[in-house]
Amino acid sequence: MITETVATERPSYDNRKAFAEELIELAAHDDRIVAVCNDSVGSSNLVGFRKDFPDRLINVGIAEQDLIGVGAGLASSGLIPFVCAAAPFLTGRGLEQIKADIAYSQHRVILCGMSPGMAYGELGPTHHSVEDLSWLRAIPGLDIVVPADRLQTRQAIRSAVDDPRPMFIRVGRFQVPDVTPAGMSLDRGRFQGIRDGKDVTIIATGTMVSRALDAADILEAQGVSARVLNAVYLAPLDVEAIQVAARQTRAIVTAEEANVAGGLGAAVASVVAQLEDGARSPVRILGLTEFAPTGSTEYLLEHFGLTPEAIVDSAKEAIGHG
Amino acid sequence: MMGAAPSSLQPYLEEWNSMLDSDVTEAGVWRRARESFESADSQGKQKILRERATHTRRSVLTMISHAGMGHIGGDLSVTDILTTLFIGVLRIDPENPEWPDRDRFILSKGHCAASFYSTLAYAGYFAPAELMSFMQPLSALNGHPNRTKVPGVESNTGPLGHGLPIGVGQAIAAKLLKSPSRVFVVLGDGEMQEGSNWEALMAGAHRGLDNLTIVIDRNLLQQGDRTEETNRLEPLADKLTSFGWEVREADGHDYSALLDAFLPSTTGKPVAVIAHTTKGKGVSFMEDRVEWHHKVPSAEETKRALAELA
Repeated sequence: MITETVATERPSYDNRKAFAEELIELAAHDDRIVAVCNDSVGSSNLVGFRKDFPDRLINVGIAEQDLIGVGAGLASSGLIPFVCAAAPFLTGRGLEQIKADIAYSQHRVILCGMSPGMAYGELGPTHHSVEDLSWLRAIPGLDIVVPADRLQTRQAIRSAVDDPRPMFIRVGRFQVPDVTPAGMSLDRGRFQGIRDGKDVTIIATGTMVSRALDAADILEAQGVSARVLNAVYLAPLDVEAIQVAARQTRAIVTAEEANVAGGLGAAVASVVAQLEDGARSPVRILGLTEFAPTGSTEYLLEHFGLTPEAIVDSAKEAIGHG
Repeated sequence: MMGAAPSSLQPYLEEWNSMLDSDVTEAGVWRRARESFESADSQGKQKILRERATHTRRSVLTMISHAGMGHIGGDLSVTDILTTLFIGVLRIDPENPEWPDRDRFILSKGHCAASFYSTLAYAGYFAPAELMSFMQPLSALNGHPNRTKVPGVESNTGPLGHGLPIGVGQAIAAKLLKSPSRVFVVLGDGEMQEGSNWEALMAGAHRGLDNLTIVIDRNLLQQGDRTEETNRLEPLADKLTSFGWEVREADGHDYSALLDAFLPSTTGKPVAVIAHTTKGKGVSFMEDRVEWHHKVPSAEETKRALAELA
């Protein structure tokens, strides 16, 4: 049973709960929706789905290559499969299936990477999914969505049913507070501007979005105005928002619970590097650079400098603010 | 569009084009073929399949000679299997390739695309004249099949060990949707070394997918060597049986045996057909020779091969 706890002063939530509730609501009105998993009925929060729709929960056992191929086959026959597995195994073990069977074949499968990033803390790097964003960004034809909170998790699942394109969704386990302003819609391929500012832009994704907002509060108290963009879509990439940030603010700091080789920061830097001369803001990239040592998720986020304080330090250094 | 062919191939291209004009360019070609097949007696059925398979083999040779690339050995070993399925077995409508209750076919050994494309074209999915664009720049006919470009292709294959899990998903979908669709997946024998196939074999048996048939093109060779010298598959039938499949063995070049082997499951289990074939079948100097996995015939060799396939 998932409980909602208070991690800091704010209530924080496991996004898998919102995922499970939304999926059941949608499935009740749409017979095409099926869930496929790799023995992860519990960890993918599919116990309720199985109870309500026993015939539509397909558990293939511990076999991730088969898992994704089965998803492609179901989609090719007109069903809408939500293929669920712990993110490291879904993306790592099934990467060639994601490339060939899902993205290249354009079968509408919704790949649900559960407990991504370092959610499995002490279980170690084998169970961390910090390469997924880099691996999947290199595959054309696959939308990549990283919800930052409960609301976005629900929105992402709804959009996956409405959109015939294949999609990867990171479904977070590490508890995060709500960050999405009421009434803000999820638009394909767009970052969300959730705080305006003129000195520096912080572009954060998933777990890091609430931390970016906290960093902006600290910066404001120190006289630095920070814009915060929630990179909820990594693919398609919001090139325009990055270009605007590079022109309108003096620096960009990116923050992701992922390896820096090829992830959000690399994507942002690539856009900025290709701007015409004179419009290049410095870019600072926060993320993982090596396999994690033993520690809880919270400990490891701090270990890798994925905290509000570290974001503040990077922002001030980048704009030359003493 | 046709690229520039070596002049030495020109007579064969002209002959090939004239075959198209006389035989297979009109819409409804598959329906007429199916009608004549169904009304024929056993010998008549075999004659129809033999003629079509010969046509496909000649097409494969010409395509690969023209492209200067391809996997000719496996194309020739799988041709009788594809011909038997598309003319004699599959419930399909090439003029309506998205028909929801169609039978599904996946060529997991996607490198044998030349034979697959020829089979699809002669079944009426697209104009046979397209075949000579095989592997030319920007052609829909890539070296491995692409469903977003070629009607009749259900899923993109090429990396081995992908087709069967997809077939398992399609067979599960047919059960959920209460559709009469049957699912056929053709695999290479070397491909059975991929672990993903054994994941899917477990799943197919566990779920009692009696609407699923796999056909293993057992030509005993893989790219670099004989399968048994590389990573032994035998006893393959025993392995498949122990995994819970109804196993049938057939001469993969005997149309009558293949038609029997492709009948629906009688046991409630999924069916595995081990089709015993000869790599390079039909061309004496290619048969059972490992180097013809993807060697390209010279103009002289093409001429000799076409003469044998008259």
